[in-house]
Amino acid sequence: MQIDPIELLVRALDLTILAYLREQFAEQPTALLIVNIVIVLTLATVPLLMVFVVGWTERKVLARMQDRIGPNRVGGRYGVLQMVADVVKMMTKEVIIPAGADRWAYLSAPVLAVMTSVLLFAVLPLAPAVIGVDLNVAVFYVLAISSVSVVAILLAGWGSNNKYALLGAFRSVAQLVSYEVPMILSILVPILLARSMSTIGLVEAQNIPFIVFVPVAALIFFVSSLAETGRSPFDLLEAESEIVAGFHTEYTGMYFGLFMAGEYIAIMFMCALFSTAFLGGYRFFGLEELTTTIMGYPFFVGNLIGAAALFIKSAIIFFVFMWLRGTLPRFRIDQLLNFNWKFMVPLSLVLLFTVAVLDKLIFVWFPDISDGGRALIHLASNFLIAAATIEILRRRIQRQRRALEPAVVAEATPDLEHAHAH
Amino acid sequence: MEGTPVQNDWYFILLFVVLSPILAAVPMLINYLLGPRKPNFIKQQTYECGVETVGDAWVQFKVQYYIYALVFVIFDIEAVFLFPVAAAYGQLPLFAIGAAVLFILLLADGLAYAWGRGVLEWV
Repeated sequence: MQIDPIELLVRALDLTILAYLREQFAEQPTALLIVNIVIVLTLATVPLLMVFVVGWTERKVLARMQDRIGPNRVGGRYGVLQMVADVVKMMTKEVIIPAGADRWAYLSAPVLAVMTSVLLFAVLPLAPAVIGVDLNVAVFYVLAISSVSVVAILLAGWGSNNKYALLGAFRSVAQLVSYEVPMILSILVPILLARSMSTIGLVEAQNIPFIVFVPVAALIFFVSSLAETGRSPFDLLEAESEIVAGFHTEYTGMYFGLFMAGEYIAIMFMCALFSTAFLGGYRFFGLEELTTTIMGYPFFVGNLIGAAALFIKSAIIFFVFMWLRGTLPRFRIDQLLNFNWKFMVPLSLVLLFTVAVLDKLIFVWFPDISDGGRALIHLASNFLIAAATIEILRRRIQRQRRALEPAVVAEATPDLEHAHAH
Repeated sequence: MEGTPVQNDWYFILLFVVLSPILAAVPMLINYLLGPRKPNFIKQQTYECGVETVGDAWVQFKVQYYIYALVFVIFDIEAVFLFPVAAAYGQLPLFAIGAAVLFILLLADGLAYAWGRGVLEWV
Protein backbone atom coordinates (compact mmCIF):
# COMPACT_ATOMS: atom_id res chain seq x y z
CA MET A 1 0.00 0.00 0.00
CA GLN A 2 1.43 3.33 -1.12
CA ILE A 3 0.62 6.47 0.82
CA ASP A 4 1.70 9.79 -0.61
CA PRO A 5 3.04 11.88 2.30
CA ILE A 6 1.75 15.09 0.74
CA GLU A 7 -1.74 13.65 0.38
CA LEU A 8 -1.57 12.46 3.98
CA LEU A 9 -0.62 15.98 5.07
CA VAL A 10 -3.47 17.53 3.07
CA ARG A 11 -5.92 15.00 4.54
CA ALA A 12 -4.64 15.76 8.05
CA LEU A 13 -5.07 19.50 7.48
CA ASP A 14 -8.67 19.26 6.32
CA LEU A 15 -9.60 16.70 9.00
CA THR A 16 -10.64 13.97 6.56
CA ILE A 17 -7.70 11.84 7.66
CA LEU A 18 -9.95 9.34 9.45
CA ALA A 19 -11.92 8.37 6.37
CA TYR A 20 -8.77 8.51 4.22
CA LEU A 21 -6.75 6.11 6.34
CA ARG A 22 -9.70 3.77 6.72
CA GLU A 23 -10.09 3.66 2.98
CA GLN A 24 -6.38 3.10 2.39
CA PHE A 25 -6.13 0.18 4.80
CA ALA A 26 -9.55 -1.31 4.06
CA GLU A 27 -7.97 -4.55 2.82
CA GLN A 28 -5.54 -5.03 5.71
CA PRO A 29 -7.32 -5.91 8.97
CA THR A 30 -4.23 -5.57 11.17
CA ALA A 31 -3.27 -2.17 9.80
CA LEU A 32 -6.90 -1.07 10.00
CA LEU A 33 -7.01 -2.11 13.63
CA ILE A 34 -3.92 -0.03 14.39
CA VAL A 35 -5.41 2.93 12.51
CA ASN A 36 -8.62 2.58 14.47
CA ILE A 37 -6.76 2.41 17.76
CA VAL A 38 -4.90 5.61 16.89
CA ILE A 39 -8.19 7.28 15.95
CA VAL A 40 -9.80 6.17 19.22
CA LEU A 41 -6.88 7.42 21.28
CA THR A 42 -6.98 10.77 19.47
CA LEU A 43 -10.74 11.12 19.90
CA ALA A 44 -10.45 10.29 23.60
CA THR A 45 -7.38 12.43 24.33
CA VAL A 46 -8.51 15.63 22.64
CA PRO A 47 -11.51 16.13 24.99
CA LEU A 48 -9.29 15.31 27.98
CA LEU A 49 -6.86 18.01 26.87
CA MET A 50 -9.71 20.40 26.11
CA VAL A 51 -10.53 20.26 29.82
CA PHE A 52 -7.50 22.50 30.42
CA VAL A 53 -8.92 25.16 28.10
CA VAL A 54 -12.52 24.82 29.25
CA GLY A 55 -11.59 24.78 32.94
CA TRP A 56 -9.46 27.89 32.62
CA THR A 57 -12.14 29.68 30.60
CA GLU A 58 -14.79 28.89 33.15
CA ARG A 59 -12.71 30.06 36.10
CA LYS A 60 -11.81 33.27 34.30
CA VAL A 61 -15.35 34.05 33.12
CA LEU A 62 -16.92 33.13 36.46
CA ALA A 63 -14.41 35.29 38.26
CA ARG A 64 -15.31 38.26 36.08
CA MET A 65 -19.00 37.69 36.76
CA GLN A 66 -18.31 37.73 40.49
CA ASP A 67 -16.17 40.86 40.18
CA ARG A 68 -12.90 39.03 40.77
CA ILE A 69 -9.85 38.68 38.55
CA GLY A 70 -9.52 34.90 38.62
CA PRO A 71 -6.29 33.02 37.86
CA ASN A 72 -3.58 35.58 37.08
CA ARG A 73 -0.22 34.17 38.20
CA VAL A 74 0.78 30.97 36.41
CA GLY A 75 1.66 31.46 32.75
CA GLY A 76 1.59 35.21 32.34
CA ARG A 77 -0.93 37.88 33.18
CA TYR A 78 -3.97 35.78 32.37
CA GLY A 79 -3.04 32.67 34.30
CA VAL A 80 -3.30 30.50 31.20
CA LEU A 81 -1.31 27.66 32.73
CA GLN A 82 -3.26 27.60 36.00
CA MET A 83 -5.01 24.34 35.12
CA VAL A 84 -1.71 22.71 34.16
CA ALA A 85 -0.27 23.71 37.51
CA ASP A 86 -3.36 22.33 39.24
CA VAL A 87 -3.06 18.99 37.49
CA VAL A 88 0.63 18.72 38.40
CA LYS A 89 -0.31 19.47 42.00
CA MET A 90 -3.07 16.84 41.96
CA MET A 91 -0.69 14.27 40.48
CA THR A 92 1.72 14.64 43.39
CA LYS A 93 -0.84 14.42 46.20
CA GLU A 94 -1.10 11.42 48.47
CA VAL A 95 -3.67 8.83 47.54
CA ILE A 96 -5.85 8.23 50.58
CA ILE A 97 -8.33 5.40 50.33
CA PRO A 98 -10.62 5.59 53.37
CA ALA A 99 -10.71 2.66 55.77
CA GLY A 100 -13.70 0.42 55.16
CA ALA A 101 -14.17 1.64 51.58
CA ASP A 102 -15.38 -0.82 49.01
CA ARG A 103 -12.10 -0.80 47.07
CA TRP A 104 -13.42 -1.96 43.72
CA ALA A 105 -16.34 0.44 43.70
CA TYR A 106 -14.12 3.24 45.02
CA LEU A 107 -11.41 2.80 42.38
CA SER A 108 -13.61 2.07 39.38
CA ALA A 109 -15.86 5.11 39.88
CA PRO A 110 -13.45 7.82 38.56
CA VAL A 111 -12.47 5.63 35.61
CA LEU A 112 -16.12 5.07 34.76
CA ALA A 113 -16.87 8.79 35.12
CA VAL A 114 -14.23 9.73 32.54
CA MET A 115 -14.99 6.77 30.32
CA THR A 116 -18.70 7.53 29.97
CA SER A 117 -17.97 11.15 29.06
CA VAL A 118 -15.22 10.34 26.58
CA LEU A 119 -17.21 7.59 24.87
CA LEU A 120 -19.80 10.15 23.79
CA PHE A 121 -17.34 11.85 21.45
CA ALA A 122 -17.35 8.81 19.16
CA VAL A 123 -20.55 10.02 17.51
CA LEU A 124 -20.04 13.80 17.43
CA PRO A 125 -19.89 15.09 13.83
CA LEU A 126 -17.23 17.83 13.64
CA ALA A 127 -17.68 18.52 9.92
CA PRO A 128 -19.59 16.98 6.99
CA ALA A 129 -17.57 13.76 6.80
CA VAL A 130 -15.57 14.03 10.01
CA ILE A 131 -16.96 11.75 12.70
CA GLY A 132 -15.60 8.89 14.77
CA VAL A 133 -18.33 6.54 13.64
CA ASP A 134 -21.64 7.44 12.02
CA LEU A 135 -23.94 5.11 13.96
CA ASN A 136 -27.51 5.00 12.67
CA VAL A 137 -28.67 5.01 16.30
CA ALA A 138 -26.24 7.67 17.50
CA VAL A 139 -28.69 9.60 19.69
CA PHE A 140 -29.77 6.37 21.32
CA TYR A 141 -26.14 5.52 21.96
CA VAL A 142 -25.58 8.92 23.56
CA LEU A 143 -28.54 8.46 25.92
CA ALA A 144 -27.45 4.94 26.82
CA ILE A 145 -23.88 5.95 27.57
CA SER A 146 -24.78 9.07 29.50
CA SER A 147 -27.13 7.11 31.75
CA VAL A 148 -24.16 4.97 32.80
CA SER A 149 -22.60 8.07 34.36
CA VAL A 150 -25.24 7.72 37.11
CA VAL A 151 -23.65 4.39 37.97
CA ALA A 152 -20.23 6.03 38.31
CA ILE A 153 -21.59 8.54 40.81
CA LEU A 154 -23.48 5.87 42.75
CA LEU A 155 -20.35 3.69 42.88
CA ALA A 156 -18.33 6.63 44.19
CA GLY A 157 -20.88 7.50 46.84
CA TRP A 158 -21.47 3.95 47.95
CA GLY A 159 -17.85 2.85 47.78
CA SER A 160 -16.51 5.74 49.87
CA ASN A 161 -18.21 4.55 53.08
CA ASN A 162 -18.88 8.19 53.93
CA LYS A 163 -22.28 9.55 54.91
CA TYR A 164 -21.92 12.77 52.95
CA ALA A 165 -20.80 10.88 49.87
CA LEU A 166 -23.76 8.53 50.20
CA LEU A 167 -26.19 11.44 50.55
CA GLY A 168 -24.67 13.05 47.47
CA ALA A 169 -24.99 9.79 45.56
CA PHE A 170 -28.68 9.42 46.49
CA ARG A 171 -29.43 12.96 45.45
CA SER A 172 -27.56 12.56 42.21
CA VAL A 173 -29.37 9.36 41.33
CA ALA A 174 -32.75 10.98 41.99
CA GLN A 175 -31.74 14.06 40.00
CA LEU A 176 -29.93 12.50 37.04
CA VAL A 177 -32.50 9.77 36.65
CA SER A 178 -35.40 12.24 36.81
CA TYR A 179 -33.99 14.74 34.36
CA GLU A 180 -33.19 12.05 31.88
CA VAL A 181 -36.91 11.74 31.14
CA PRO A 182 -37.43 15.30 29.79
CA MET A 183 -34.08 15.02 28.05
CA ILE A 184 -35.15 11.88 26.18
CA LEU A 185 -38.57 13.31 25.36
CA SER A 186 -37.17 16.61 24.11
CA ILE A 187 -34.43 15.06 21.96
CA LEU A 188 -37.17 12.96 20.37
CA VAL A 189 -38.59 16.13 18.81
CA PRO A 190 -35.59 16.90 16.55
CA ILE A 191 -35.33 13.19 15.71
CA LEU A 192 -38.96 13.28 14.68
CA LEU A 193 -38.41 16.37 12.53
CA ALA A 194 -35.24 14.95 10.96
CA ARG A 195 -36.60 11.38 10.66
CA SER A 196 -33.16 10.13 11.63
CA MET A 197 -31.40 8.98 14.78
CA SER A 198 -27.89 9.51 13.42
CA THR A 199 -26.14 12.72 14.39
CA ILE A 200 -25.11 13.36 10.77
CA GLY A 201 -28.75 12.85 9.72
CA LEU A 202 -29.86 15.37 12.35
CA VAL A 203 -27.47 17.99 11.04
CA GLU A 204 -28.19 17.33 7.37
CA ALA A 205 -31.94 17.79 7.97
CA GLN A 206 -31.47 21.28 9.37
CA ASN A 207 -31.73 23.60 6.40
CA ILE A 208 -33.32 25.81 9.02
CA PRO A 209 -31.97 25.10 12.53
CA PHE A 210 -34.48 23.18 14.64
CA ILE A 211 -34.41 25.84 17.34
CA VAL A 212 -36.57 27.91 14.95
CA PHE A 213 -39.01 24.99 14.62
CA VAL A 214 -39.29 24.07 18.29
CA PRO A 215 -37.75 26.62 20.67
CA VAL A 216 -39.64 25.11 23.63
CA ALA A 217 -38.07 21.69 23.04
CA ALA A 218 -34.67 23.35 22.79
CA LEU A 219 -35.27 25.07 26.12
CA ILE A 220 -36.35 21.83 27.82
CA PHE A 221 -33.33 20.03 26.42
CA PHE A 222 -31.04 22.82 27.56
CA VAL A 223 -32.40 22.84 31.11
CA SER A 224 -32.26 19.07 31.43
CA SER A 225 -28.72 18.98 30.06
CA LEU A 226 -27.82 21.46 32.80
CA ALA A 227 -29.29 19.06 35.33
CA GLU A 228 -27.74 15.98 33.71
CA THR A 229 -24.25 17.44 33.96
CA GLY A 230 -24.92 18.53 37.55
CA ARG A 231 -24.38 22.20 36.83
CA SER A 232 -25.67 25.11 38.88
CA PRO A 233 -28.56 25.67 39.64
CA PHE A 234 -28.85 21.86 39.68
CA ASP A 235 -25.55 21.14 41.45
CA LEU A 236 -27.19 19.37 44.38
CA LEU A 237 -24.96 16.33 44.03
CA GLU A 238 -21.97 18.33 45.20
CA ALA A 239 -23.66 21.05 47.19
CA GLU A 240 -20.63 22.18 49.17
CA SER A 241 -22.56 24.14 51.77
CA GLU A 242 -24.70 21.13 52.70
CA ILE A 243 -22.89 17.87 52.10
CA VAL A 244 -19.19 18.86 51.94
CA ALA A 245 -18.37 17.78 48.38
CA GLY A 246 -21.09 15.23 47.75
CA PHE A 247 -20.15 11.98 46.13
CA HIS A 248 -16.44 12.79 45.74
CA THR A 249 -15.82 13.86 49.35
CA GLU A 250 -13.38 11.02 49.97
CA TYR A 251 -11.39 11.36 46.75
CA THR A 252 -7.96 12.96 46.70
CA GLY A 253 -5.53 14.15 44.05
CA MET A 254 -6.02 12.96 40.53
CA TYR A 255 -8.76 10.57 41.62
CA PHE A 256 -10.85 13.64 42.30
CA GLY A 257 -9.42 15.33 39.22
CA LEU A 258 -10.86 12.62 37.02
CA PHE A 259 -14.38 13.35 38.29
CA MET A 260 -13.83 17.00 37.46
CA ALA A 261 -12.47 16.13 34.02
CA GLY A 262 -15.41 13.81 33.39
CA GLU A 263 -17.82 16.57 34.33
CA TYR A 264 -16.19 19.10 32.01
CA ILE A 265 -16.04 16.61 29.14
CA ALA A 266 -19.74 15.83 29.62
CA ILE A 267 -20.52 19.56 29.61
CA MET A 268 -18.51 20.05 26.42
CA PHE A 269 -20.38 17.21 24.80
CA MET A 270 -23.78 18.45 25.94
CA CYS A 271 -23.04 21.89 24.47
CA ALA A 272 -21.94 20.24 21.23
CA LEU A 273 -25.01 17.99 21.20
CA PHE A 274 -27.30 20.96 21.71
CA SER A 275 -25.59 22.68 18.78
CA THR A 276 -25.92 19.52 16.70
CA ALA A 277 -29.57 18.86 17.47
CA PHE A 278 -30.94 22.40 17.53
CA LEU A 279 -28.46 24.89 16.06
CA GLY A 280 -27.49 23.10 12.86
CA GLY A 281 -24.22 21.60 14.14
CA TYR A 282 -21.37 22.18 11.71
CA ARG A 283 -23.57 23.92 9.14
CA PHE A 284 -22.79 27.53 8.41
CA PHE A 285 -24.75 28.98 5.45
CA GLY A 286 -23.44 26.34 3.05
CA LEU A 287 -19.82 27.37 3.61
CA GLU A 288 -19.16 23.92 5.12
CA GLU A 289 -19.32 22.43 1.59
CA LEU A 290 -16.45 24.56 0.18
CA THR A 291 -13.57 22.74 -1.52
CA THR A 292 -10.36 23.87 -3.17
CA THR A 293 -7.27 22.14 -4.50
CA ILE A 294 -3.86 22.11 -2.88
CA MET A 295 -0.90 20.54 -4.72
CA GLY A 296 -3.16 18.50 -6.94
CA TYR A 297 -5.27 17.11 -4.10
CA PRO A 298 -8.80 18.23 -3.21
CA PHE A 299 -8.81 20.23 -0.02
CA PHE A 300 -12.06 20.49 1.94
CA VAL A 301 -11.85 24.00 3.39
CA GLY A 302 -15.47 23.58 4.42
CA ASN A 303 -14.48 21.02 7.04
CA LEU A 304 -12.43 23.61 8.87
CA ILE A 305 -15.26 26.15 8.61
CA GLY A 306 -17.73 23.51 9.82
CA ALA A 307 -15.60 22.55 12.80
CA ALA A 308 -15.15 26.23 13.65
CA ALA A 309 -18.90 26.80 13.37
CA LEU A 310 -19.62 23.88 15.72
CA PHE A 311 -16.96 25.14 18.13
CA ILE A 312 -18.38 28.67 18.20
CA LYS A 313 -21.97 27.47 18.62
CA SER A 314 -20.92 25.17 21.46
CA ALA A 315 -18.88 27.95 23.04
CA ILE A 316 -21.92 30.22 23.07
CA ILE A 317 -23.97 27.52 24.80
CA PHE A 318 -21.13 26.94 27.25
CA PHE A 319 -21.10 30.66 27.99
CA VAL A 320 -24.78 30.41 28.94
CA PHE A 321 -23.88 27.47 31.21
CA MET A 322 -21.30 29.65 32.97
CA TRP A 323 -23.64 32.62 33.04
CA LEU A 324 -26.33 30.60 34.83
CA ARG A 325 -23.75 29.28 37.28
CA GLY A 326 -22.72 32.83 38.07
CA THR A 327 -26.29 34.03 38.46
CA LEU A 328 -28.67 31.47 39.93
CA PRO A 329 -28.83 30.09 43.47
CA ARG A 330 -29.18 26.35 44.06
CA PHE A 331 -32.52 24.49 44.08
CA ARG A 332 -33.80 22.53 47.06
CA ILE A 333 -34.25 18.84 46.32
CA ASP A 334 -38.06 18.87 46.53
CA GLN A 335 -38.20 21.92 44.26
CA LEU A 336 -35.83 20.21 41.88
CA LEU A 337 -37.90 17.05 41.61
CA ASN A 338 -41.21 18.93 41.47
CA PHE A 339 -39.87 21.16 38.72
CA ASN A 340 -38.96 18.07 36.75
CA TRP A 341 -41.95 15.80 37.26
CA LYS A 342 -44.69 18.42 37.45
CA PHE A 343 -43.41 20.88 34.88
CA MET A 344 -40.72 19.60 32.52
CA VAL A 345 -42.10 16.11 31.91
CA PRO A 346 -45.74 17.14 31.25
CA LEU A 347 -44.57 20.01 29.06
CA SER A 348 -42.29 17.80 27.00
CA LEU A 349 -45.08 15.22 26.63
CA VAL A 350 -47.46 17.90 25.34
CA LEU A 351 -44.78 19.13 22.99
CA LEU A 352 -43.98 15.68 21.67
CA PHE A 353 -47.69 15.02 21.17
CA THR A 354 -48.17 18.27 19.25
CA VAL A 355 -45.16 17.80 17.00
CA ALA A 356 -46.03 14.16 16.28
CA VAL A 357 -49.56 15.08 15.19
CA LEU A 358 -48.78 18.37 13.50
CA ASP A 359 -45.85 17.30 11.36
CA LYS A 360 -47.87 14.50 9.79
CA LEU A 361 -50.89 16.72 9.22
CA ILE A 362 -48.73 19.37 7.59
CA PHE A 363 -47.58 16.84 4.99
CA VAL A 364 -51.11 15.50 4.51
CA TRP A 365 -52.63 18.95 3.99
CA PHE A 366 -49.72 20.67 2.20
CA PRO A 367 -47.68 17.99 0.42
CA ASP A 368 -45.33 20.52 -1.23
CA ILE A 369 -44.73 22.77 1.77
CA SER A 370 -41.35 24.50 1.96
CA ASP A 371 -39.08 24.22 4.99
CA GLY A 372 -39.89 27.80 5.91
CA GLY A 373 -43.65 27.19 6.00
CA ARG A 374 -43.18 24.03 8.04
CA ALA A 375 -40.96 25.91 10.48
CA LEU A 376 -43.54 28.68 10.76
CA ILE A 377 -46.39 26.28 11.64
CA HIS A 378 -44.27 24.50 14.27
CA LEU A 379 -43.12 27.82 15.66
CA ALA A 380 -46.71 29.03 15.98
CA SER A 381 -47.74 25.85 17.81
CA ASN A 382 -44.75 26.26 20.11
CA PHE A 383 -45.74 29.82 20.91
CA LEU A 384 -49.26 28.67 21.75
CA ILE A 385 -47.92 25.96 24.06
CA ALA A 386 -45.57 28.43 25.74
CA ALA A 387 -48.36 30.98 26.22
CA ALA A 388 -50.73 28.35 27.64
CA THR A 389 -48.02 27.07 29.99
CA ILE A 390 -47.27 30.54 31.29
CA GLU A 391 -50.99 31.24 31.82
CA ILE A 392 -51.50 27.97 33.74
CA LEU A 393 -48.44 28.66 35.88
CA ARG A 394 -49.61 32.21 36.58
CA ARG A 395 -53.01 31.02 37.83
CA ARG A 396 -51.45 28.27 39.91
CA ILE A 397 -49.01 30.64 41.57
CA GLN A 398 -51.79 33.14 42.24
CA ARG A 399 -53.87 30.42 43.90
CA GLN A 400 -50.93 29.29 46.00
CA ARG A 401 -50.22 32.84 47.07
CA ARG A 402 -53.83 33.38 48.15
CA ALA A 403 -53.82 30.15 50.11
CA LEU A 404 -50.57 31.05 51.83
CA GLU A 405 -51.30 34.63 52.84
CA PRO A 406 -55.08 35.18 53.10
CA ALA A 407 -54.63 37.78 55.79
CA VAL A 408 -52.08 39.78 53.86
CA VAL A 409 -54.15 39.79 50.68
CA ALA A 410 -57.33 40.79 52.55
CA GLU A 411 -55.52 43.60 54.26
CA ALA A 412 -53.79 44.90 51.18
CA THR A 413 -56.76 44.86 48.80
CA PRO A 414 -59.05 47.52 50.40
CA ASP A 415 -56.09 49.82 50.79
CA LEU A 416 -55.34 49.59 47.11
CA GLU A 417 -58.96 50.28 46.21
CA HIS A 418 -58.97 53.18 48.59
CA ALA A 419 -55.91 54.63 46.96
CA HIS A 420 -57.46 54.21 43.54
CA ALA A 421 -60.64 56.03 44.53
CA HIS A 422 -58.74 59.20 45.30
CA MET B 1 -21.81 -2.91 8.19
CA GLU B 2 -20.46 -5.60 5.86
CA GLY B 3 -16.83 -6.57 5.22
CA THR B 4 -14.32 -7.65 7.81
CA PRO B 5 -15.33 -7.29 11.44
CA VAL B 6 -12.82 -4.44 11.72
CA GLN B 7 -15.01 -2.35 9.44
CA ASN B 8 -18.10 -2.80 11.57
CA ASP B 9 -19.34 0.38 13.27
CA TRP B 10 -19.72 -1.33 16.61
CA TYR B 11 -16.20 -2.70 16.44
CA PHE B 12 -15.02 0.89 16.70
CA ILE B 13 -17.23 1.42 19.74
CA LEU B 14 -15.84 -1.75 21.30
CA LEU B 15 -12.30 -0.43 20.78
CA PHE B 16 -13.39 2.81 22.42
CA VAL B 17 -14.89 0.97 25.38
CA VAL B 18 -11.70 -1.06 25.84
CA LEU B 19 -9.24 1.81 25.41
CA SER B 20 -10.91 4.70 27.24
CA PRO B 21 -10.68 3.16 30.74
CA ILE B 22 -6.96 2.64 30.18
CA LEU B 23 -6.66 6.28 29.23
CA ALA B 24 -8.53 7.25 32.39
CA ALA B 25 -6.49 4.91 34.58
CA VAL B 26 -3.13 6.35 33.47
CA PRO B 27 -3.46 9.61 35.47
CA MET B 28 -4.57 7.57 38.49
CA LEU B 29 -1.52 5.35 38.15
CA ILE B 30 0.81 8.35 37.81
CA ASN B 31 -0.78 9.87 40.91
CA TYR B 32 -0.30 6.59 42.78
CA LEU B 33 3.38 6.45 41.79
CA LEU B 34 4.22 10.13 42.35
CA GLY B 35 2.29 10.83 45.53
CA PRO B 36 3.77 10.26 48.99
CA ARG B 37 2.48 7.32 50.99
CA LYS B 38 2.24 7.83 54.75
CA PRO B 39 -1.02 6.27 55.83
CA ASN B 40 -2.11 6.42 59.45
CA PHE B 41 -5.25 5.53 61.32
CA ILE B 42 -6.68 9.04 61.66
CA LYS B 43 -5.98 9.96 58.04
CA GLN B 44 -7.84 6.96 56.73
CA GLN B 45 -11.00 7.65 58.68
CA THR B 46 -13.86 8.88 56.55
CA TYR B 47 -14.53 12.61 56.84
CA GLU B 48 -17.23 13.63 59.28
CA CYS B 49 -16.69 17.31 60.05
CA GLY B 50 -13.62 16.65 62.15
CA VAL B 51 -15.22 14.51 64.83
CA GLU B 52 -14.62 10.79 65.14
CA THR B 53 -16.44 8.71 62.57
CA VAL B 54 -19.47 6.89 63.94
CA GLY B 55 -20.39 3.58 62.36
CA ASP B 56 -20.30 2.96 58.63
CA ALA B 57 -22.36 4.69 55.97
CA TRP B 58 -24.19 1.69 54.62
CA VAL B 59 -27.47 2.34 56.35
CA GLN B 60 -31.15 2.54 55.49
CA PHE B 61 -32.05 5.27 53.07
CA LYS B 62 -35.12 7.30 52.26
CA VAL B 63 -37.58 5.22 50.27
CA GLN B 64 -38.55 8.29 48.22
CA TYR B 65 -35.40 7.95 46.11
CA TYR B 66 -36.43 4.42 45.23
CA ILE B 67 -39.92 5.50 44.16
CA TYR B 68 -38.56 8.17 41.86
CA ALA B 69 -36.25 5.57 40.35
CA LEU B 70 -39.23 3.29 39.75
CA VAL B 71 -41.21 6.03 38.01
CA PHE B 72 -38.14 6.73 35.91
CA VAL B 73 -37.79 3.11 34.83
CA ILE B 74 -41.37 3.11 33.56
CA PHE B 75 -40.87 6.33 31.61
CA ASP B 76 -37.48 5.35 30.29
CA ILE B 77 -38.61 2.03 28.90
CA GLU B 78 -41.69 3.55 27.33
CA ALA B 79 -39.69 6.38 25.79
CA VAL B 80 -37.29 3.86 24.28
CA PHE B 81 -40.16 2.52 22.18
CA LEU B 82 -40.80 5.99 20.78
CA PHE B 83 -37.36 6.26 19.18
CA PRO B 84 -38.02 3.84 16.30
CA VAL B 85 -41.31 5.63 15.63
CA ALA B 86 -39.54 8.98 15.50
CA ALA B 87 -36.81 7.66 13.19
CA ALA B 88 -39.32 6.06 10.80
CA TYR B 89 -41.79 8.94 11.05
CA GLY B 90 -41.56 9.90 7.36
CA GLN B 91 -42.65 6.49 6.08
CA LEU B 92 -45.43 5.90 8.58
CA PRO B 93 -49.08 6.25 7.51
CA LEU B 94 -51.47 8.43 9.48
CA PHE B 95 -52.83 5.36 11.27
CA ALA B 96 -49.43 4.40 12.66
CA ILE B 97 -48.89 7.95 13.87
CA GLY B 98 -52.26 7.67 15.61
CA ALA B 99 -51.01 4.57 17.41
CA ALA B 100 -47.80 6.34 18.43
CA VAL B 101 -49.78 9.32 19.69
CA LEU B 102 -51.96 6.96 21.70
CA PHE B 103 -48.79 5.58 23.21
CA ILE B 104 -47.69 9.10 24.20
CA LEU B 105 -51.12 9.61 25.79
CA LEU B 106 -50.64 6.38 27.76
CA LEU B 107 -47.33 7.80 29.01
CA ALA B 108 -49.13 10.97 30.04
CA ASP B 109 -51.77 8.87 31.76
CA GLY B 110 -49.06 7.05 33.70
CA LEU B 111 -47.68 10.39 34.85
CA ALA B 112 -51.15 11.61 35.82
CA TYR B 113 -51.70 8.41 37.82
CA ALA B 114 -48.42 8.72 39.67
CA TRP B 115 -49.17 12.39 40.34
CA GLY B 116 -52.68 11.62 41.60
CA ARG B 117 -51.43 8.90 43.91
CA GLY B 118 -49.07 11.41 45.49
CA VAL B 119 -45.97 9.48 44.46
CA LEU B 120 -44.35 12.65 43.16
CA GLU B 121 -44.58 14.45 46.50
CA TRP B 122 -41.33 14.81 48.38
CA VAL B 123 -42.14 14.03 52.01
